[in-house]
Amino acid sequence: MASAVSPTSLESAPRLMRLVAECSRSRARAGELRLPHGPVATPVFMPVGTQATMKGITAEQLDALGCRICLGNTYHLGLRPGPELIQKAHGLHGFMNWPHNLLTDSGGFQMVSLVSLSEVTEEGVRFRSPYDGEETLLSPEKSVEIQNALGSDIIMQLDDVVSSTVTGPRVEEAMYRSIRWLDRCIAAHQRPDKQNLFAIIQGGLDADLRATCLEEMTKRDVPGFAIGGLSGGESKGQFWRMVALSTSRLPKDKPRYLMGVGYATDLVVCVALGCDMFDCVFPTRTARFGSALVPTGNLQLKKKQYEKDFQPIDSNCACPTCQKHSRAFLHALLHSDNTAALHHLTVHNIAYQLQLMSAVRASIVEKRFPNFVRDFMGTMYGDPTLCPTWATEALASVGITLS
Amino acid sequence: MKLSLTKVVDGCRLGKIKNLGKTGDHTMDIPACLLYTKTGSAPHLTHQTLHTIHRLPAMAQLTLSSLAEHHEILADYKEGIGKFIGMPESLLYCSLHDPVSPCPAGYVTNKSVSVWGLGGRVEMTASKFMAIQQTLQPDWFQCLSDGEASCEEATSIKRARKSVDRSLLFLDNCLRLQKESEVLQKSTIIGVIEGGDVMEERLRSARETAKRPVGGFLLDGFQGNPATLETRLYLLSSVTAELPEDKPRLICGISRPDEVLECIERGVDLFESFFPYQVTERGCALTFSFDYQPNPEETLLQQNGTQEEIKYVDQTKKIKTTSCNQEMTSFEINLKEKKYQEDFDPLVRGCSCYCCKNHTRAYIHHLLVTNELLAGVLLMMHNFEHYFGFFHSIREALKSDRLSQLKELICRQAS
Repeated sequence: MASAVSPTSLESAPRLMRLVAECSRSRARAGELRLPHGPVATPVFMPVGTQATMKGITAEQLDALGCRICLGNTYHLGLRPGPELIQKAHGLHGFMNWPHNLLTDSGGFQMVSLVSLSEVTEEGVRFRSPYDGEETLLSPEKSVEIQNALGSDIIMQLDDVVSSTVTGPRVEEAMYRSIRWLDRCIAAHQRPDKQNLFAIIQGGLDADLRATCLEEMTKRDVPGFAIGGLSGGESKGQFWRMVALSTSRLPKDKPRYLMGVGYATDLVVCVALGCDMFDCVFPTRTARFGSALVPTGNLQLKKKQYEKDFQPIDSNCACPTCQKHSRAFLHALLHSDNTAALHHLTVHNIAYQLQLMSAVRASIVEKRFPNFVRDFMGTMYGDPTLCPTWATEALASVGITLS
Repeated sequence: MKLSLTKVVDGCRLGKIKNLGKTGDHTMDIPACLLYTKTGSAPHLTHQTLHTIHRLPAMAQLTLSSLAEHHEILADYKEGIGKFIGMPESLLYCSLHDPVSPCPAGYVTNKSVSVWGLGGRVEMTASKFMAIQQTLQPDWFQCLSDGEASCEEATSIKRARKSVDRSLLFLDNCLRLQKESEVLQKSTIIGVIEGGDVMEERLRSARETAKRPVGGFLLDGFQGNPATLETRLYLLSSVTAELPEDKPRLICGISRPDEVLECIERGVDLFESFFPYQVTERGCALTFSFDYQPNPEETLLQQNGTQEEIKYVDQTKKIKTTSCNQEMTSFEINLKEKKYQEDFDPLVRGCSCYCCKNHTRAYIHHLLVTNELLAGVLLMMHNFEHYFGFFHSIREALKSDRLSQLKELICRQAS
C-alpha cells in the first residue's frame, strides 16, 4: 500500500470500509463500514444527537428505524455533562445506552457557529461557555482526549474551521493549521484500535488550497476522510465543485464523509460524486418545526391545508408515524402543547432519510443508480429539466444526464 | 354494560365491568385509573413509546376542552375520535375539562357550558354538545354539567342549587337528544353529581341523577388543593351512599395516591391519571413504594432503598416547605437536583419500565439540565408505569384483604 510519510501514521491499520459495488458511470459506491459496534451499510445518513440524545426519541425507537450510527458532539458533551462523568458511565455508549455506532465531531464547527464566543490561535480554540461564562481551551489534544473518554467509534480531528463565505489569507491559514492539528490529533490519540480518527479536508472554496490539503492529508494513514468547510453559505455551484475535487483526490478504499449535508437532493448528488457518509441536523430540526419530508419535498403540516387531510404523510413510508397517523391528526396535535407531535415527525423524517439512503444503495448494488437518480429528480422537481442547475451540472460531470 | 362487585371491604369496591364499550366486548377491573391524554395523545408519547408501558389502562380519557375545536374536522372524518387519534382498540371516556388546566369560571349559563381549548372558548348548548359527541363517538362521555359551584371559596346554597338544577336539565336534554340519534345511542352518558359543598344539594343531585338512565356517575367538585378534599370527604361518602351499586363511580381532579385511597374507601371506582403527568412536568420521578407485602428476600435487598428514600423525605420536609418547588410531593424525587448528577442507579430499583431498564438517574439529570425533549418522554414512561403499578397493587391488596397495609404504607410516605 502507499507509504505514509509521517512517523505517527498507522501503516498497518486495517481498512475500515469494504466496497460492495461501484456505479460504472458515476463515482457512486456502495459499501460496508466495519466498526467496533457493528457493520454500517454505505452510503449512510447519520442523524445528529448532539447532547447524548436524539431529540425526543428513545434509543429503541432509533434502533427500530434501522439507524446503526449517529452523531454526538464533543463541544456540547465536553461542557455538559463532561468527559469524566461520561467515562464513569462507560463512555457515551453506556451513558445514552446506544448499542450501535457513534461518531463524534471534534467541536470545530462550533468555532464557526458560535464565533462570537470563540477565539482561534495555533494552540487551539478558546471558548467562553454560554452556560457559566468560564473559558475553555479546546486544543487538538484536548479534543481527542475528550473523544477518547467518550469512546465513540469514529472521532474527528480538530480542524480550523472557517465559514465558506470567508475569503483571503484566513482560509489558507486555516487549511495549513488543520494539517498541523491533524498530526497533533494523531499523536494524541490514545485508542487507535478502538476509535477511528478521521481527517477533515479544508481549503474553503479555493481549488488550489483544497488540492494542497488533499495532497498533504492523504499522506497520513487515517482510516477515513471527511470533507469539511462546506455546507455553509456558499453557492451550490461552488459547493459541488469542491466536493467533486475532493472525491477525485481521496483514496477509493477509504470512506468519504461529507459533513453537514442532509437535504435529499444534495445527498443523491453527492453520492454520485463519490461520498459515502453524511450528517445533518436538518431532518430532525425541521421535524420539530412541523415539517415532514416526502419524496416531493416537504409538508408544512401546521398549515390549514392539512386540517382535513386524512392520508398519512407518505403512503409508501413504513415508519410508525405513517402506519398509524394521518396528516390531519398530526396537524391537530402540532397545534396543541403535546410534544408527541414533534416526536412523530422526528421518527418519520429519520425514516425518510434512512429509507432514501437504503434505496440509493440498492440501486448502486443493482447497477441502476443513474436511473434511480433520474426517477428521484423527476419526483422531486416534477420534471428532470426543472432540477436545479447546479445538480444537473454536478451529475453531468460524473456522467449522469437527466433528460 | 354490567358492573359486578367481587367484594366490598370497608367501603372499598373491588369488581369488574363487563360488556364494556360500543362493541360491548371489553372488560375493565375496578378500582382503576384512565390513561390521561392531551389532544388525544398520551403526553410526550407516541404509540411506540406508550406501548412499552405495562398495565396500560383499558380506558383512555379524552378532554372535550382539547377536542371541541376540531369537531368540524371530525364531522368530515366520520369515523370517530378513536380512529382519528390512532387508538381504535382503546376504550374512550370524554370528560368536559382537562383536570390539569382549570378553566376560567363564570361562563356557565342556563343554556350553555363553555370549554377552553388552545384556540379559545367553545360555547356549547346541549344540542351543540351532543352534535360534537356524535362526531367523537366515545364509549363514555361526561354529560354537560355546571361544575362551578365548587369553584369559589365559599359556595352559596343558591349557587349550589343552581348547579344541580342546571346539570339535571342538561342531562335530561342530552338524554332526549341521545334517543334521537342512532350513533349516539352506542355511547354511554355519565351523569354528573354537583351541589358544591352543600350536603342537601349533593344528596338531591345524587338521587335525581340516579333516577335517569345513565351508565355511571361522575363526582364533580371535590377537587382543589389538598386541604379542600379533606373537608369534602364526608360529603363524598354521603353521595356515594345514594348511588346504585351496579354503576361505576368516577371522580375528576383527584389523582394523588393518598387521595385516591381516601376516595376508594368512600365508594369511588375510577380516577384520572394526570398526577404522573404533573410529576413529569416538574422534572420529577415517582418513587413511592406500594409494595405493601414485600417478599422477605427482596425486602433485604430493596428495603434499604425504600427506607433511604423515606428517611430522606423526613429529613428534608423542612427544607421543602421553604423551597420554591412547593408543588412537589413526597411521592417523588427531583431529578434536577445536583445529587443525581453521578447517580447511576435507575429511577426506581426493580421498576420494569423502559426508562428504569435502560437508563440511569444521571442520564435523566443530564437531559433535564440540557433541556432535552427526551427527559419528558422517559419520565412520562416511568411515571405512568409506576402509577399504573400502584393501581394494580390496590386491586391486589383488596383481593387479599390487605388494603389497610397499603394505605398505611402510602400515608407514611405522604407529606
